Order: sequence, then structure tokens, then C-alpha cells
Amino acid sequence: MTGSIEVVYRGIFQKTLGQRITRGIVLAAVKEGKVGISFGRYGDSPERNGIPAKSFAVVADNEEDLQTYLSRYEPTDNDVTVAVDDTLCKGVESWAWYGLQPINKLTQPGGVVLTTSMQSPEELLEDCHRKDTEWSLAVLKGIASFSGLWVYKDDHTDVRVLGAIARLAPHVVKLESVEAAIQDEWQDELKVTSARKAYERVETRKVGPDEGNPEKPYEFQLPKWWEMKEGLVIPGIPVKQDVEGWEGGYRPGRNPTFKKFATRTMRPVIDFEICTKCTLCWLQCPDSCFDVTPTGHYDANMEACCGCGVCEAVCPVEKCVTMVNEAAFGDNASQFEMYEKDTDTYKSWLKGKIEDKVTTDRYHGFQLRGKYEEEVQEIIREVTK
Amino acid sequence: MSVSTKAAPVADQEMLISGCAAIAQALRLSDIDVVTAYPIRPYDTVMQAVAKLISNGELDAEYIVAASEHDQFEIVKHASAVGARVFCGSSGVGWMYAMEAIAVTPALRLPMVALVGNRALDDPGAFGCEHNDALCVRDLGWMLTWVDTAQEALDTALIAYRVAEDRRVFLPCAIGADGAFLTHSEVLVKVPNKEKVDQFLPKYDRGDKLLHPDNPITIAPQVNEDWVMEIRKQNDDAMRRARGVIQEAYRDFHKIFGRQGGNPFVESYMAEDADVILFGQGTLSLPVKVGIRKLREQGHKVGFVRLRWLRPFPTPEVQETLSRAKAVGVIDRDYSFGSPNHGAVLYNELRSALYDLPNRPHVISFICGLGGREVTLDSVTEMSEILLKVAKTGKVEQPNYWIGVRG
Ligand code: SF4
Ligand code: SF4
Repeated sequence: MTGSIEVVYRGIFQKTLGQRITRGIVLAAVKEGKVGISFGRYGDSPERNGIPAKSFAVVADNEEDLQTYLSRYEPTDNDVTVAVDDTLCKGVESWAWYGLQPINKLTQPGGVVLTTSMQSPEELLEDCHRKDTEWSLAVLKGIASFSGLWVYKDDHTDVRVLGAIARLAPHVVKLESVEAAIQDEWQDELKVTSARKAYERVETRKVGPDEGNPEKPYEFQLPKWWEMKEGLVIPGIPVKQDVEGWEGGYRPGRNPTFKKFATRTMRPVIDFEICTKCTLCWLQCPDSCFDVTPTGHYDANMEACCGCGVCEAVCPVEKCVTMVNEAAFGDNASQFEMYEKDTDTYKSWLKGKIEDKVTTDRYHGFQLRGKYEEEVQEIIREVTK
Repeated sequence: MSVSTKAAPVADQEMLISGCAAIAQALRLSDIDVVTAYPIRPYDTVMQAVAKLISNGELDAEYIVAASEHDQFEIVKHASAVGARVFCGSSGVGWMYAMEAIAVTPALRLPMVALVGNRALDDPGAFGCEHNDALCVRDLGWMLTWVDTAQEALDTALIAYRVAEDRRVFLPCAIGADGAFLTHSEVLVKVPNKEKVDQFLPKYDRGDKLLHPDNPITIAPQVNEDWVMEIRKQNDDAMRRARGVIQEAYRDFHKIFGRQGGNPFVESYMAEDADVILFGQGTLSLPVKVGIRKLREQGHKVGFVRLRWLRPFPTPEVQETLSRAKAVGVIDRDYSFGSPNHGAVLYNELRSALYDLPNRPHVISFICGLGGREVTLDSVTEMSEILLKVAKTGKVEQPNYWIGVRG
């Protein structure tokens, strides 16, 4: 009997969190006399801010079963897939593979996707891609952890996820062993309480094959060795893409096989009414995300934007560019097209996105820096209540 | 140089640690004096683990952050000459960049222990496992061993110090560890207590070769053709002696720690009665063993022999374990372009080692798992089927196969 857990996290600020969770599973399984291994999806590296990455735990009754399971390398039928940032439910593209992988792709039929989120399961299902089989979506109430890499701001997300896993997959680890492992590893009674509360509070909803985001995630066929150009030569991307009806506009060519938007935790929304067309966002965006519209506006293309926040930081017009939690959006549609079609609708949409603090506030390299540390105590009070 | 460790656990302990962290534990137990660091993935994890041990007060050693890999190896070379127990390591092109310093270490008879977290050579920028980095010292007088598990990494590091620092040897030793599969996976590892390690590993004593004001000597002068060949012969002699010293070390290790009781040089898995045998080194043993268990269930007599020491090459053991097979397939996680039969390094080493046998098995070359690509169960089945066919027909249709390449 083997069990496996996949933790999908955002490099690099959730790397330690991912590791702590998969380590915790193995330590708990050992309490039950099982054996186990905890490892990262190495090809995900080098991790950069926001890039989705994975950590795995595999446990088994004995060494031989463990070896048999591991001989396939990446666990492909996980009992539980954990997304420690709910925006990962939109799918993951990493350095380790090509294309967008649905969050539930490596979840076994009947398995669970567990995410920490302030959203409802119904809202999250708009993001999660459909799966051929039945599966479950479990939500542990909480914001995306910004616990960090070197200096770990312990917000108890690690043990809360462990507690929830004990509830969702008791055949992998039981609550008693999770509690014992937490005690051993961290000698912290409060962390044990957090795990127990999460065990009690995690909410699950069954999902049928006809539910979820119907979009087909993009994928690619990799070339054969004799099809590739020799000498590590990669064909250049065309400088410009032609867009119908865009006379006078300009859309740069973009990498068709690596889109990067799965990296985004926040996206810029732009108030085209007050934009002075100063070009700064277009110039400074490190990923050439801005399309120049025929009207001379700059439209951040959401198929390309990794959500770094530079445009917001450089825009000289107050409140013209605002970074908003990615969780607040359902698609990658062009904001400028929406604006042109119906200015009033766009304005109220924009206002709604900016003001909806419940879902839109979040932590980011350029935003609320350092604030998370101050709030950790409050978070812990909340989760142990 | 005096060294003390604080807070060392008294009893044997089980820890959930990665291959790199297991090496770091061995360094703590060996009381290393000087360690140099320059980051390159995947070796750098050991560097972080050692830094943590020092900052936690568990290890008292000089931790020198070097300006490059070349500096890294130069610094420990000199530290070793003045009597410090040293550790160093790198990966991929980092190891290559330090090659000038690395290449001359054996001639100086400096018993440095180094970890090579195996990584593909850039370009292309890549960090998956490939063995060509460490293999570059194959001919230079370095002892070279490959480990399969985090436990073996810890044990082998202790053994490496013991063998390298033995006066009969005084040669550097590189430990090859497959990047990612071993360096970055956490499993339970038995970490022995310091007293046992002290029993096993004597203090490093350079004797009359110690570079010290009280012992006025010169090391590494410029020489002409009157001297070089004799110096090389000394190296050859030391490498020949290493074999016996390695055997002694494993014998004592087993006595003290109760592990590593098998053959020091090769691990043999279901090979005794096998018609065909797969041969390789490092972590590929996991899929190969699982694959073999499946093939055995179907009645195919397939076995596996894992090479643990490439230098000194264990010719007698290799001959002994492989002589009864009809066909041997060598899985190389490396390449040697243009070499005989377009095979790779291990293949040609092994073929040469078997040449003197009166009844040699057929030897087939498999190049597999380059650049971190997984050696899958399907690959194991594919390779075994090729071997079984060779065994049955007695004919080698093709000496070399690339397994798992797209195309
Ligand atoms: S957040 Fe702004 S600057 Fe950053 S990638 Fe997106 S559009 Fe470009
Ligand atoms: S930086 Fe601001 S004002 Fe300037 S073009 Fe971009 S959105 Fe408009």
C-alpha cells in the first residue's frame, strides 16, 4: 500500500513551506511504521518569484513497495494534490515541462485537490480544469501563505495542511501520527492545535467530470532529435504579430511554448481614461507584455504577463495601474477591448476589481512588503481559535 | 589544527535528510577543518547544510567562500598540505572550471575528499544528472566512487576520508552523487555517533609531508623530463595500493557500524544465476531493480551489478560477477563520442576488464538517462529484451543503443 501527496507551491517564497509539508508527511508516516521519501520536482528549478513548483511525499508499507512506486519518478496518481496558493488552480506551467498542466492532472481518480483559499469551492471550480473522472475539491480557509524562503515566517500553513491531509487521506497519514510528528519536529503545542483545527474545519465538495473550467489547456509536442536544429540553435520569435483590425497598433511576437502567466499572483488593471500614454509601462515591462493599441494605449496582455508589478511601480499617473489579486479574474481577456466595447461597463468592472478587498488584497514583491510578518500572529490566532 | 564538535548526538540517530545533508553529517562526524564553498546546483545543497551545522555550533571548521570553483579547490589543496582535513565539491561546469587545480591534486598526494553532484555540462544550460563531469578525473589519479542512496553517501564519505588519508594511498577521492535523484531527496538516514566514527577514522597525519615551519620542505617544484615519469609511477603505485586499503576500510566499517558488509566494489542484485546482466552506477539501480523484479516474475533471468568504485577499477570483482552471464548491458549515464563502437565510458571500461576472460559475455552499450532524463521501467524492459535476444541468438546485431531519446 503506497500513498503520495503532491504539493504545488509558488517558488521561491513558498519553497520552504512546500518542503515542510512533504517532510511532515514522511515523518508522520514513519510514526505508523511506514517508510517514505520527500523530494522536489527538481526540473522546476531554478525557481523564480511566483514560478509554480512541486514537492512530493511518497509513503509505503515497506521499502520494496516504495521503490516500485518511485521507479516512475513523478507520482502521477496522487491521493491529494495541495495548492498552497489558490491562484494555482488556474493551472501550472513550470520550467520542468511544456504547456499548462491542470491543477488536478496528477490527482488520482477520486482523489482530492486541497487549497488554502478565501474563495468558495464554486468560485474555485471556475478556475480548475475539468477532469475525466470524479474528484473532490477541499478548501482550507486562509490566504495564500507568504512565509518566505530563508527567513521563514511561520504562519502554521504547514501544519494546517498536514491536519487537513490526515482528514482527506487517513490511509496516507492519520491525525495522531501527524500530531506526534509535529510535536517531534517543532515542539510546539500551538502548531498541533492548528493541525487539529484544520482537520476539523477543512471542507470538501465532490466534483463531477462535467464540472469545472471547460477550457483545454495548451500543450506542445516536443521535437525528435533529428528534427531539432543542430548547434543549440533556436529559431527567433518574430518581432511582430499581425493582428486583424490593428492598423497603427503593435503586438510584439511572443514565445509560443512558454507563456508564463501561470506565474502570476496579481495582475495589473489599467484605467485607460487617465492614462497619459507616457510609454513607461511599455518600456519597463520586463516581458514585453504591453500591446500598443491603434489608439496608442498600452494594453497589458494577460497571456504573457507574469504579474511582476513593475508597470504599477513605474506608472507616473496615480491610480492608473493597480495590481489586483489574480484570484479575482476568470480569464485572460483584453482589458482594452472591454474598455472600447463599453466604457461604462469597463469603468464599473475596474472599480469593482480594485475595491473588492476581500479577494483582491494579497502579498507581492512590490506590494505590502514586510506586512505579512506583522500579520502572522493575527493569522495564527485565527486558525487556532 | 584542533577541532571540536559541540552538541554531537551520543546515540545513533535517524534523520530525514537529503543525500547532500547526509554528506554534511559525515563531514561533521569527520571533524573537517576547512571547507570551501562556491555555489552551483546541485552540489550547493551540501554547502548550505555545512553552513547550517557550523552556525548551529555542531561543527567547528573554517568555512571559506571562494571567488570561484578554481579558488575553491586551490584553497583546500593548500589547507590539506598544512594538515587540515578538507572538503570541497562542485557540479558540472563548476568542476570543469576548477580542473587545473583538480588535475594536479593527485601528484601532490593531497587526500582531499570532494563531492561531485553530477550535472550535465553547459551549454545547453541544464542541471539534470549526467556523469561526464566527474568522469573527467578518471585518468588523473583521483579515486572515484558513485553512491546510490543517502545512507551510502554518508557511509562512503567516512570511508573516503579513511582511505584517502591512509599513508599508503594519500590520494584525493571524489564521490559522485546523481544530481536531484540523490542530492535533493530526503529519506531516513542512520547517523552514527561520534565515538564510533572516532574509532573508525584516525586523525589526519601528513607526517614528513606536512608543510610547516618545523618541517622545512618544498612542495611541487618545477621539474624536467628526468623526474615526471617517476612521479607518475608513484601515483600508479598508490592507486594500486588503494584497492587493499579500501577493502580494509570496509571491513572495519562493517565491524564498527554494522553496515556496508557486502562487496566494497560492486553490488550484485539477482546476478548469480542471471543469463543477462545490466551494469551501471548511481541511482539508476532503483528502476533497474524494480524492473528486474518484474522480469523475474515473468521467468526472465535478469540481474544487475552496480559498480561502486570506478577508480581503482575492481577488475577481479567485475570479472567474477559477470563471467557467468551470456550478455551484459552497460547503462552509461555519460557519453564518449567517437569511442570504440560509439559506446560510452563505462562500456569501454567494462569491455576492457572482461577481455582476459576465457569465456566472455557479449557486452552491449546503452546510453540512457542523459541530462537528468529518467531511466524508466520501460527503458529497463527495452534494454533487458535486447540482452535476452543476444543471449538467445548469440549474435550482437548492434553494439550500441540510445535508450529514451526522442526520435
Ligand atoms: S505586471 Fe506589468 S510589468 Fe510585470 S509582466 Fe505584467 S504587465 Fe509586465
Ligand atoms: S505608465 Fe501609466 S500612464 Fe504611462 S502609458 Fe503606462 S499606463 Fe499609461
